Amino acid sequence: MPPWLFVFLAALSIISALGVILQRNPVHSLLSLVLTLLTIAVLFMGLGAVVVGFLQAIVYAGAIMVLFLFVIWLLNLQVETRSVATGHLALKFFGAIAAATLVAELFAIVTRAPAGAGATAVPSGYGSIEQLASTLFSEYLVAFEVTSVLLLAAIVGAIAIARRPAGPVRPGARSA
Amino acid sequence: MSSPPVPELIVGAIEAIVMLLVALGLAMMLLYFERKGSALIQDRIGANRANILGVGRRLGLPNFGLLNTFIADPVKMFTKEDFVPDGADKFVHALAPFLALFPVLATFVVIPFGDTIAVAGRSFNLQATNLNVAVLYMLSMIGVGVYGIALGGWSSNNRWSLLGAIRASAQMISYELALGLAIISVVMTYGTLDLQQMCHAQSGVWWGWLPRWGIFTQPLACIIFLTAGVAETKRIPFDLPEGESELVLGYSVEYSGGKQAAFMLTDLAEQALVSMLLTTFFLGGWQVPYLYHDGFHLPGGALIAIPALAVSILGVIAFLLKTVVLCLFLGMVRWTLPRFRYDQLMRLGWKGLLPLGLANVMVTALVIVMFGGTR
Amino acid sequence: MVPTGYCMALSAAIFAIGVAGVLIRRNVIVMFMSIELMLNAVNLAFVALGRAAGSMDGQVIVFFVMTVAAAEAAVGLGIIIAIFRLHETINADEINMMRW
Repeated sequence: MPPWLFVFLAALSIISALGVILQRNPVHSLLSLVLTLLTIAVLFMGLGAVVVGFLQAIVYAGAIMVLFLFVIWLLNLQVETRSVATGHLALKFFGAIAAATLVAELFAIVTRAPAGAGATAVPSGYGSIEQLASTLFSEYLVAFEVTSVLLLAAIVGAIAIARRPAGPVRPGARSA
Repeated sequence: MSSPPVPELIVGAIEAIVMLLVALGLAMMLLYFERKGSALIQDRIGANRANILGVGRRLGLPNFGLLNTFIADPVKMFTKEDFVPDGADKFVHALAPFLALFPVLATFVVIPFGDTIAVAGRSFNLQATNLNVAVLYMLSMIGVGVYGIALGGWSSNNRWSLLGAIRASAQMISYELALGLAIISVVMTYGTLDLQQMCHAQSGVWWGWLPRWGIFTQPLACIIFLTAGVAETKRIPFDLPEGESELVLGYSVEYSGGKQAAFMLTDLAEQALVSMLLTTFFLGGWQVPYLYHDGFHLPGGALIAIPALAVSILGVIAFLLKTVVLCLFLGMVRWTLPRFRYDQLMRLGWKGLLPLGLANVMVTALVIVMFGGTR
Repeated sequence: MVPTGYCMALSAAIFAIGVAGVLIRRNVIVMFMSIELMLNAVNLAFVALGRAAGSMDGQVIVFFVMTVAAAEAAVGLGIIIAIFRLHETINADEINMMRW
């Protein structure tokens, strides 16, 4: 991946990530998050993980975020009118300090990684779907099967939690 | 990842532009079919009034409505006032039509419209980009295409366009699953995600006379893909998001001018895209029956020799012909069938096509394992 | 070729932005989106390190993280809908029935 492309994608992903947490309108936050996800998908492709990059675009940006969008519509979220400086101010203040400390620590750790490691040549066919499939279905077969059960459990759980409660409407309760 | 050398990039760019022009041309042809073809089906005359200074009428020529569709309608669309409804989210309202249009147009670049031809000593692959994961690219573009429509309907600050947007996005994500399963069966049959190799794999004949097209290997997948594709493009019988008798134009009702043209173009171009994908997966793409590199090998044993360049051009013509036939078929379906009710639509998607798709995948896998290799 | 350290630094930055989002924003949906940001930062780290090691394990793990994130998003959003039905708010500061 040429360096200028990496710098561009890195800047774009950081700007859109900041857009997620700083915007008032939840739909704008969601659009920023979709942009971040697609940028990271392109970064994946640049790092050789072509299939995983496309899967990120299909699954994450194309399905999970649409689910978020549906929930935002369902809850009819409006633009937030309260400023950030309300609520638990102490939490926010110390939270910001903690986040800054975390940034400093992570930077210190990861930039001391063994340098020059990015220049290794990868085996041919790296990131192709054949290699992904052969690794997935041989070494990680048990994890794969367990994940399918996990998805089934998640489907059943989500429906059970989000379903309207059956039974007579109690007086005074909000009619759902 | 190394980028290809510059001449290949230029050739690819030219092919991409050609593909886009073909897509837009097909969209205009579909628009013409909407006016005059629907009139033919409904036993009326259709558009036949636009003329330039009465030239055609004075010469006694019948008016086929060509000027109407190709000049008057686009001019009307692009010169209309572009209003943004009161209380709408301006940024998203402006972004949505182009967010809807971009994935559709971006998918055209991976569709092969011809074989690798050799002209003047260089070989050109008649496909704008040769992605070896083209099917994944196509699926990701279809997945991203939900956003433009959903946000267009939501940002209009209009209850009925929001309703159209919700219906549209629910329908699109439901039928994406069936589409994906049909494609998985096809991918399993050909063993590759590359569209050009899929077209190559559909050459040859069985028993001397039946072309090895995908529709004969995977008939059920073809039907599922056709249904899910029509549902993805939100055409009748799946056009409840637009619902002309209920929601007028559904998610695009608050748009006018160039943005409405973008939404209409999305609709028409997506029809052309589905036709092209059907052609590539199931009708052999640019393969002409009995045509090989050196000429026709007819079933009787006759051999008609044809120069290699003519063979390639025949392939391109065959691809366009198949696409146009499928587009007209989709147009005829649109003007003939009534609309699905919403619960019928969801039931068809989840309880009908999804189990059928899964069963198709399992049967395909079984056949591949039993007969050792792809048929 | 981009050194792995730069990819990891980008991953750390996005992770930190996600953490800040969870701590600062009180809208539960935006907090959830910040959690997705953190998951994606970790995915990026996995892919970068997998490439540095030349093995496919990084990508397979990313595959699983994506699946688990999808499951978690579905259940989490179901919980948010249920909470909204009960409290009619999604501001995390106001959902305090269990506090003394």
